[in-house]
Amino acid sequence: MTPGKTSLIAIKAALFLLCLTPAFLLWRGLEMDSLGANPIEALTRSTGEWTLRFLLITLMVTPLRKFTGWHWILRLRRMLGLFAFAYATAHLTTYVWLDQFFDWEAIARDILKRPFITIGFVALVLMAPLAATSSNFAIRRLGGRRWQALHRAIYPIVLLGCVHFWWLIKKDVTWPLIYTLIAIALLGLRAWWREQERRKQLAGGYLPQQPQYQGKVIKIFAR
Amino acid sequence: MLLRRPDDILPSEITPPGVYEDRRRFIAMAGSLALAGALPASKARATTSSPLGPIVKSPLSTVESQTAYKAITTYNNFYELGTDKGDPALNTHRLKPTPWTVRVEGLVNKPRTFGIDEILKLAPLEERIYRMRCVEGWSMVIPWVGIPLATLLKLADPQGSARFVEFISHYDKATMTRGVLDWPYNEALRLDEARHPLTLLAVGLYGEVLPIQNGAPVRLVVPWKYGFKSGKSIVAIRLTEKQPVTAWMKAGPSEYGFYSNVNPEVDHPRWSQATERRIGEFSKRKTLMFNGYADQVASLYTGMDLRRNF
Repeated sequence: MTPGKTSLIAIKAALFLLCLTPAFLLWRGLEMDSLGANPIEALTRSTGEWTLRFLLITLMVTPLRKFTGWHWILRLRRMLGLFAFAYATAHLTTYVWLDQFFDWEAIARDILKRPFITIGFVALVLMAPLAATSSNFAIRRLGGRRWQALHRAIYPIVLLGCVHFWWLIKKDVTWPLIYTLIAIALLGLRAWWREQERRKQLAGGYLPQQPQYQGKVIKIFAR
Repeated sequence: MLLRRPDDILPSEITPPGVYEDRRRFIAMAGSLALAGALPASKARATTSSPLGPIVKSPLSTVESQTAYKAITTYNNFYELGTDKGDPALNTHRLKPTPWTVRVEGLVNKPRTFGIDEILKLAPLEERIYRMRCVEGWSMVIPWVGIPLATLLKLADPQGSARFVEFISHYDKATMTRGVLDWPYNEALRLDEARHPLTLLAVGLYGEVLPIQNGAPVRLVVPWKYGFKSGKSIVAIRLTEKQPVTAWMKAGPSEYGFYSNVNPEVDHPRWSQATERRIGEFSKRKTLMFNGYADQVASLYTGMDLRRNF
């Protein structure tokens, strides 16, 4: 199943609107005052959680492609990753503006002093070059291999995001735990694929043929 | 049939703050129309009637504008009814506030179990409008109704050896949250803190019976300490010689100390306590020492290192 050029454009447009829905609902919630007693906290919390969700969804593209054979979904990954970055930027904005009111000194102190803010900030800083190189031009310029190596930064980023969420919670860590387990599963899957690949290469192909031993095998190390 | 005109109605009792603000504007306008001349009369008396009976105003109340009833009753940390702030208001069926008794026990000469109706009659009910500062960095201004805890303690007659007062909250494993904290929830104060005139045993909110999500039918309110020190839905008050280990001290000894006085200079290990967001306000406020009650309570802690005794 591979959509044609027009259908792919339609799919991308639909996905774009879908990715905007959380932002739209938050905006409407603010206007209608339906975000509860502490709308600013709700806004900060929600943009943060959507960042993490989009990072995880982005990481789901490759497994989904491998399991279903829908290679075309790879073409949707860039948009998903960029939405993760957009929600992260909104998240940072709520913090800088609505939590610290542009008090840069206090922000700097917070980043240095509070581990959970440090970690969230590091994750965001790491996301920036990924967002900046998400164009065909950048891929050509960097070369596929280097581009791919750079974009593997999403692995530590998603883990930092999970820790950031975990450390901010006072006590009930159910949700950070759920996100972390999903992240570990998605990263674990990749580690497992790597291992499979390594074994395949060891078994055949790359290594020279095992020499054929003749005669008696002598034990040289006693166990 | 005797038709008694209510003496005076608390503005908070009948008027949602949104309407209330409008009315203020209206009054300002009406002033010029000489209509306002009739209004001050209703301000004269301090006692008001309410579903709880007569309520006396208190000089200990703040005059700051009160947080909306809706916010106070939908934004709650009451983990027994759910760990999300919206949960307690949705899970009120998990707690039955009647019948209810409070045991006063431990190092007292007159151990006794009070029914909730008895507590309502121990002393004239007072409206106490207090600031409430949560350890998470937000705050409210809440018009509680209650009696000084000291009244109840006096009736139990603490023994000379009693130094601390422990408060145990209701817990029902069948209907309430499992895990998260070591249930039942318990909190504690030093005896002199418990006897302090600000320390309130609250039974009402905004002139009405205390809503379940706010700790019905009876809870503690200690306005100069972080909110979690004010235990909800209390079933037992125990006087002890040794300092009790409280639920949050067990959960995070490095983060939650016995005293937990509001202090902008002593941060939570993971976040700053220097500022707070008053619910309903856009900008943040500076947090005040002892939540603004320093004049009344600072003397309880003279000579103590508040950084060590956090």
